Amino acid sequence: MARDKIRIGCGAGFSDDRIPPGVEIVERGELDYLAMECLAERTIARETLDRTKDPTKGYTPMLLERMEAIMPPALKRGIKIVTNMGAANPMGAARVLREHAPGWGCPDYTCAVVRGDEVTDIMRAHPELPLMEDGTPLEALLPRMASANAYLGADVVAQGFATGANLVITGRVADPALFLGPMLHAFGWSYDDYEKLGNGTLAGHLLECSGQLTGGCFADPGKKEVEDLAGLGYPLADVWANGRVEVSKTPGSGGRLDVATCTEQLLYEMHDPTAYITPDCVLDVSGVTFRQMAKDRVALHGARGKPRTATYKVVVGYFDGYMGSGEMGFAGVNAVARARLAIEVVKERLRRRGLSYDEMRIDLIGMNSLHANDASQAPEPYEVRLRIAARTPDRKAAEAVGAEVRSLHMHGPTGAGGGINFGARQILAVKSVLIPREWVKPEIVMERAA
Amino acid sequence: MSIRVYDIAHARAGDKGNTSNVSVTAYNDAGWQVIHRELTPERVLAHFRHLTPGPVRRYELPQLRALNFVIENALGGGVTRSLAIDPHGKSLSALMLTITLPGHNEGATAST
Repeated sequence: MARDKIRIGCGAGFSDDRIPPGVEIVERGELDYLAMECLAERTIARETLDRTKDPTKGYTPMLLERMEAIMPPALKRGIKIVTNMGAANPMGAARVLREHAPGWGCPDYTCAVVRGDEVTDIMRAHPELPLMEDGTPLEALLPRMASANAYLGADVVAQGFATGANLVITGRVADPALFLGPMLHAFGWSYDDYEKLGNGTLAGHLLECSGQLTGGCFADPGKKEVEDLAGLGYPLADVWANGRVEVSKTPGSGGRLDVATCTEQLLYEMHDPTAYITPDCVLDVSGVTFRQMAKDRVALHGARGKPRTATYKVVVGYFDGYMGSGEMGFAGVNAVARARLAIEVVKERLRRRGLSYDEMRIDLIGMNSLHANDASQAPEPYEVRLRIAARTPDRKAAEAVGAEVRSLHMHGPTGAGGGINFGARQILAVKSVLIPREWVKPEIVMERAA
Repeated sequence: MSIRVYDIAHARAGDKGNTSNVSVTAYNDAGWQVIHRELTPERVLAHFRHLTPGPVRRYELPQLRALNFVIENALGGGVTRSLAIDPHGKSLSALMLTITLPGHNEGATAST
């Protein structure tokens, strides 16, 4: 059924995103589609590990909590949903939803699952692939590989909706593709409609970080004001079949959507503005302009799509040792000098235990922790928090960092208080490779009630 | 005379791997003239030198009065393995805005 216009809303922009604005946009946004983007670069590696421990897991941990709030009001209004909350186990996500949805008042719906983004076998078969980061072969990472997923495009999302599904669950899909997919489905755009692909991809890029388009990550009191930031609403896009796009946000919500917020989000995580590479097109935003049409409503112009590349990008998650850390506070007279003494004490105690580290980082929170500036040039604060973090292949050495910081309470300089964040965690790092499209075989699988 | 980037422009930082990008958007045309002329990649690298050896690339979007700086090797080895307290470098937008440029702020200082 060809349509002239659709409205797509963003219900989540990261895995732990706030739920209430997602519910509000469903209830008040008059949407046709809702997209929820919940996968950061490394989260899928963590979720692949979850699946290794329990084959029914591996989807986004907040899946049930989020969907319990979102699915009933969305399905009631006929809003179709697409989300990458399937993470490392899209079929598992679909199954667990089917178990719970009747209890939420959603007995009838159709769910399509996108599979085939996982390419760990292809990685093992091609150790010669060069890493995008430094050109060295993938081979060195393979023994420590935790996950490998190709960024699929909007075509698979559109294929999911083409089954008649109300709900499309994916694993790794490029973030803008979650939004472009419904457009391809609704309008039948093809992969040589470059202008439309460009506009649709731009819309997806602007919407995918939820509140970052609508006044989040923006306010600076007295300089950049945001009305009712606490009630920040999430964005939506009106998209016409001819490729015209206007963005807006939940009616009656807080925040702001104007040329300034759109410009900041346009360039968010963008490098060369003439070549933003997605699986669906190479997007050129160098000529993009924004026009304020009404309060909180902006029209997009000037996006150019160029042909998609012959490759998919694959993110490989791998184990990269352990990170240990701990924090301790000092306040009052001579606080900074006592923190500096504590640094030397901890380093010397670790050294006398025979422990060494690949990298150690010392922060004086309140002076230099965020910008790594020269603390000797910073004004002395009334209180300062010492943080020590270190990376090592050895878990016990990582744990020792937090333990030595903790013991400063009793065995460090005077007045060491408020110790927190002691512990060690395994590091899941990521690197990328490109592979020919034809190596990847995405498939759509219908999940049905048992 | 000197002028702080903060007074004439706003900024946002994003991350990809070990690369930070920081966009800088002038509030008005007078501010754009200043950042376009003075906020060079060399000056940005000098201000970020303690974080990264670079390189820094600059892209221009004059119709939006915006510059986009791509600052490589700035995220402590990358978001996933960095020891930094702000591995995404979200706060690096604020570092960019502390840069001081030669010029006068007549007509350029603004808010939104």
